[in-house]
Amino acid sequence: MNRIVGTSVERVEDRALLRGQACFVDDISFPGLLHAAFVRSAEAHALIRTVDISAALDVPGVRAIWRMEDIAHHLSDPLLKVALPSPAFRQELHRPTLSDQEVVHVGEAIAVVIADSRYIAEDAAALVMVDYEPLPAVSDCKAALEADAPRAHSSQPHNLVAEFTMGYGDHETVFASAPHVFHEELWQHRGVAHSMECRGVVARHDRLEDIITLWSSTQTPHACKRVICDVLGLDEDKLRVVTPDVGGGFGPKLVFYPEEVILALAARELRAPVKWIEDRREHFVSTTQERDQLWDMQIAVDNDGKILGLRGLLVHDHGAYTARGVNVPYGSAAAITLPYIVPCFFLDIKLAVTNKVPVTPIRGAGQPQAVFAMERLMDRVARELKLTTDEVRRRNLVPPELIPYTTPLKTRGGMQVVLDSGDYPATQAAALEKADWAGFRARQAAARKEGRYLGIGLANYVEGTGRGPFEPVSVRIGENGRIHVASGAAAMGQSTKTMLAQVVAEQLGCDMSNITVVTGDTAAIDYGMGGFNSRQAVMAGASAHAAAKKVRAKALTVAAHMLDVGEQALEVEGRHVRLKGNDERKVGLGEIARALAGLPGYYVPGGLDPGLEATERVIINDMTYANGTAVVEVEVDPETGLVQLTHVTFAHDCGNVLNPQIVEGQIIGGMAHGIGNALYEWMGFDENAQPVTTTLAEYLLVSATEMPMKVDIVHLTSPTPLNELGIKGVGESGVIPMTAAVAAAVDDALAPFNVKITRVPITPPDLVSLIEKAAAP
Amino acid sequence: MSEPMREIEVTVNGKLHRASVPVRMTLSDCLRHEFGLTGTHVGCEHGVCGACTVLFDGHSARSCLMLAVQANGHEIETIEGLESAKGELSHLQAALRDHHGLQCGFCTPGMLTTLTELLRDNPSPTDSDVRIAISGNLCRCTGYEGIVAAALDAAQRIKDAGSRA
Ligand code: FES
Ligand code: FES
Repeated sequence: MNRIVGTSVERVEDRALLRGQACFVDDISFPGLLHAAFVRSAEAHALIRTVDISAALDVPGVRAIWRMEDIAHHLSDPLLKVALPSPAFRQELHRPTLSDQEVVHVGEAIAVVIADSRYIAEDAAALVMVDYEPLPAVSDCKAALEADAPRAHSSQPHNLVAEFTMGYGDHETVFASAPHVFHEELWQHRGVAHSMECRGVVARHDRLEDIITLWSSTQTPHACKRVICDVLGLDEDKLRVVTPDVGGGFGPKLVFYPEEVILALAARELRAPVKWIEDRREHFVSTTQERDQLWDMQIAVDNDGKILGLRGLLVHDHGAYTARGVNVPYGSAAAITLPYIVPCFFLDIKLAVTNKVPVTPIRGAGQPQAVFAMERLMDRVARELKLTTDEVRRRNLVPPELIPYTTPLKTRGGMQVVLDSGDYPATQAAALEKADWAGFRARQAAARKEGRYLGIGLANYVEGTGRGPFEPVSVRIGENGRIHVASGAAAMGQSTKTMLAQVVAEQLGCDMSNITVVTGDTAAIDYGMGGFNSRQAVMAGASAHAAAKKVRAKALTVAAHMLDVGEQALEVEGRHVRLKGNDERKVGLGEIARALAGLPGYYVPGGLDPGLEATERVIINDMTYANGTAVVEVEVDPETGLVQLTHVTFAHDCGNVLNPQIVEGQIIGGMAHGIGNALYEWMGFDENAQPVTTTLAEYLLVSATEMPMKVDIVHLTSPTPLNELGIKGVGESGVIPMTAAVAAAVDDALAPFNVKITRVPITPPDLVSLIEKAAAP
Repeated sequence: MSEPMREIEVTVNGKLHRASVPVRMTLSDCLRHEFGLTGTHVGCEHGVCGACTVLFDGHSARSCLMLAVQANGHEIETIEGLESAKGELSHLQAALRDHHGLQCGFCTPGMLTTLTELLRDNPSPTDSDVRIAISGNLCRCTGYEGIVAAALDAAQRIKDAGSRA
């Protein structure tokens, strides 16, 4: 029935990007533009004795150097209080706008230099002399919770920033009587999001109107505006935040950063536009990170491998400050059981503060770690009970007849977790079939005869998507017939504008070229949550659909008047409403818009509200749960520890698909990120919490040569009942099961060496040492 | 300390640009901020990501690792110069669009220049030729599959049309 929705239409973003005509934040320029560079802590933990700016001030071309003492009088609060509320917090660790007393991680901002050029600003920043009194630092989250650990913040009595538990059922009794209990300690290492574009901010103050415009490569422009207004005490009509083209987000750009408020202030105080563009080294130390978690888990099963209970401890590295909340470990804890029937569950969750870059969600947001933990446990059960790894899962997956399945879990907002749609066993079966799982043992045996080690592994995931409560969209048709769409959603490369245009075009003439989409501009729409949690197609898509339908209904009513026919006889085609199939009798959308703009002294046609427009904020509180299965086949070289991905099969169900090409692109991109987490990406800190990987030569991102030799994607389609379009989020799915599936495949390949992967990334040296250890008597 | 400057003349996409630039200014900054050609992107400024890749006298080069003064008297081609005079996308640009070889598009300028060079020098690349060619170009969005497919398809389109990338 649909003509545009569900097809791989050409993206509206592409033309400008392919011609070098897009506008990213660093492409914005103004006459008289000044440039900012930040002085950042070189110490992981230290008291600041003095910050001497005298030499730096002497550099020609320097316009200002600010420390906290220089800007404090402008700020309603020196601290950035942006944490999502939670009763789990034991400590309040807000980031200062600029640090002036104690620094708690390498990279936190101490001062800003503003100068005529970036080169001069960086020269001067290097001349700012910070006198530190070093303090002991803590870099490991497990060690941080020990009684005698150094305190990450000297003001605090311990390093437990937050703790909570999650669960249901009586685990004591279940575990005491279970036929089998297995224990695993599992660890996932920290990674960096590494959008190819770093962060950046440009601010300009219009003196005539006393309005600050701030362009930021943020995923959450409306939230950014709110924080700046609060901190600088601005009325909301005095600040506009705009997200220009964004070169990837992947999570950290949803966080508010000190640079944003400082740039807004600088533009106003220095009466000049100011730009700050983060460089890659800064990205390594000042943009939030994620993933270090330690899972100390037990699983109880019966003799058939059916899960009786799951319990354990999750230690989450929170980093040095609270830049978002407890949402990452919450998301981990809430995700771990989802694919399976788990009759009882208890998880003790401890958030450790360390002297490392603060932790906030990165693509997957805690869920990859949870899936790693759960799937490693499932593989352990299979091994112990001599079941195949697919069979043990089949016996435990939530069966389709129980869907919608109300789990005993709640989301962080207190809503019940209901698995709304999907067929998990069918998804696994589809993946296995496409991967030729049945034929693998023969392949493996044949390869082994040649001295090659092949392995296969699988992992299931269920992902909460479409975080509510809403994302507004307005649809307005101008008097020339052009359709204008504005949304609080934020585009960061995931085709958001195309998605919105498709949904609107479906209702309003199917002409993509007649639609202009504005995202991420606080002047274009009043509210907005922004881009995170695989939510925009679901939430903004639902609002766009509702708004477009309203506008369509209005257009048909007016056109029926104008053409003097019944509404049912009409359709919207291209830029007109016409008699169905008859291009002779039609009226332009622009004419209808003009009629609805009203004439002094005349009725508005059809007795309608004026304006051919509608704004919708469709509320969907419940998250919709997407699911999938990854099967990974590898070849491992036991001599060198090299792991080659020979085939990755990804079967998934994100409900109805708005644009197949975009969905596949999201999955494969996420998959690449997950492969990085599994094999390459290691954000190193030494024992003093000094970062040791601060270039892309040291921190390895997956390149084209490390991608699997073959990728297959299988789509299953179980529309969710929670939104009219029947869609679920997909932006993060690709990353979620990858570490688990790769680890399982490596285990399998190295079964003759008795290697068991319990941590990722699996680097070649680690693998070789595991093989050697296993070989040693 | 005043900034030592030099006059340079650089031909970019067939057009002569003159500027007085600080001797330490990188070529990427010069292209982007002196000449206003912001299609070339800067993703790392230390020579690893490849986003800043331009064609320097026909050879792919990282403009973040070169100084503007080194370009004096040379010819450079950037993403802005790839479409035809009539404003038609090159085969490679069109193939990248058709195969969803870009999402955020930040890596795209480097992918386009690197692959333009590849297709010129190797009109019939294999999948692995393409992967090796772009192994110095990082993309965080696409997982590369669409880019590789686009390059292979572009090679075919070029052959079919008997023209250049
Ligand atoms: S910016 Fe030049 S290689 Fe990354
Ligand atoms: S498309 Fe975003 S980095 Fe390649």
